[in-house]
Amino acid sequence: MEEKSVNRTNTNGYTFMFAIIMVVIVGSVLAFAATSLQPLQNENVRQEKMQNILATVGIEVDRAGSEVLYNQYITEAIALNSDGSVNEKADAFTVDLAKQLKRPAQEQVFPLYIAEIEGEKYFIVPLRGQGLWDAIWGYIALKDDVNTIKGAVFDHKGETPGLGAEITQVWFRERFTDEKIFDENGNLIGVSVVKGSPDPTDKADFKVDAISGATITGDGVSDMISERLQHYLPYFKKQQEIKVAIQ
Amino acid sequence: MAKEISATSEEKEAKKKEMILFLSNTAEREHFLSKNNRKLLSDPLNDNNPITVQVLGICSALAITVQLEPAIVMALAVTAVMAFSNMIVSILRNLIPNRIRIIVQLIIVASLVILVDQVLKAYAYDVSKQLSVFVGLIITNCIIMGRLEAFALGNGVYKSFLDGIGNAAGYGIILIIVAFFRELLGSGKLFGFEVLGHKAATMAESTGLYSFGYENNGLMLLSPMALIIVGILIWVQRARNRKLIEQN
Repeated sequence: MEEKSVNRTNTNGYTFMFAIIMVVIVGSVLAFAATSLQPLQNENVRQEKMQNILATVGIEVDRAGSEVLYNQYITEAIALNSDGSVNEKADAFTVDLAKQLKRPAQEQVFPLYIAEIEGEKYFIVPLRGQGLWDAIWGYIALKDDVNTIKGAVFDHKGETPGLGAEITQVWFRERFTDEKIFDENGNLIGVSVVKGSPDPTDKADFKVDAISGATITGDGVSDMISERLQHYLPYFKKQQEIKVAIQ
Repeated sequence: MAKEISATSEEKEAKKKEMILFLSNTAEREHFLSKNNRKLLSDPLNDNNPITVQVLGICSALAITVQLEPAIVMALAVTAVMAFSNMIVSILRNLIPNRIRIIVQLIIVASLVILVDQVLKAYAYDVSKQLSVFVGLIITNCIIMGRLEAFALGNGVYKSFLDGIGNAAGYGIILIIVAFFRELLGSGKLFGFEVLGHKAATMAESTGLYSFGYENNGLMLLSPMALIIVGILIWVQRARNRKLIEQN
């Protein structure tokens, strides 16, 4: 009798039916779970974004408290066109940089966040690039002179834990603080992540020390910083012209 | 022989099967925490520990034991996945076509893991970021597939559930012990609290053990040290439990 049931479950028809029914059931259960948990997950991602933006200007806050402080310190979130003019139509916070980067260069819209803390003004530029395995991204805050880095935050999708994934750590982020991005002639250099321990106290060498075993991720960080910042040059130039005109 | 059975007895057989599927067979009708059932829970903790005796699931034991918190979350996630995959496979054990049973098991495990991952992303976002790929890698945890093949396919629903909990606990306890030592000796913390005192830039400014010149052992943070701690655990366990020592 036991044989009988074994034979029945061994027929091709039964096997196919079982597979089809199982896949349909499993698929619908997962789809239901994913859809019903989506709002909570999106909220977490949104709060984390605010948390990251605040971290670049030195405000460490837990995820739950990030929204209040974000509204307090981030005075402006603007979307820029590639010529440096402000795009009034786009909502800067919800601009998806990953999608924008796939569009033709002229049509891209980039967000820029402006923070004001104790009278100091900071420009926070979102970054996005390619690491070793997948996308890496982050935020970099520039002081009012649009040259000195106030702070930086990095994150990644799938870098190797313990190696490339270490770019998220505070000790790596701190290496960028006070580094300059323009040379004396006003050319954009950015900050490179290099091997061979450059002097950490030399803040005008455009270099920070790399992480051992994470060369390609480090190169991705360097490229991402210089590549993304150059798109903001037209806007920063305009800002400086305005400032000069006022003076 | 099967052909001789008349239609009615076949129907009876089918009904009986259905009952077996949802209840259990006679051998299992015992007290819900009988000696045998307790053994299912306690055996994997010591005599038949998945990590120290069967040496399964080592990969994740290396990867996520740098700190206690992710290790505990990982242990809980594995417990949930193991208990329920064991249960589901046991419920379906007479229905699963033999030739695709591994695929079926994988799909059951994979969908449970995705569920756990989604729930963590919604309710424990920071921990889920910390565990990153390792939650997904529960799918490939050899202990789970091993228990499905070795136990759930041949045993009742309740017993399989207990077996899942037991083995996950055996796995989790090793994970937690390893993480305890790695976090304590590697970064001087437990659950992120500085239990050994605060380490400042100079000895004079430090408090606790650090003011006597104690240093954290950075080696502890690297994966190979997890293997060495597991090795020491195996040694300690066999010294206390002589019957685990191979005779030849």
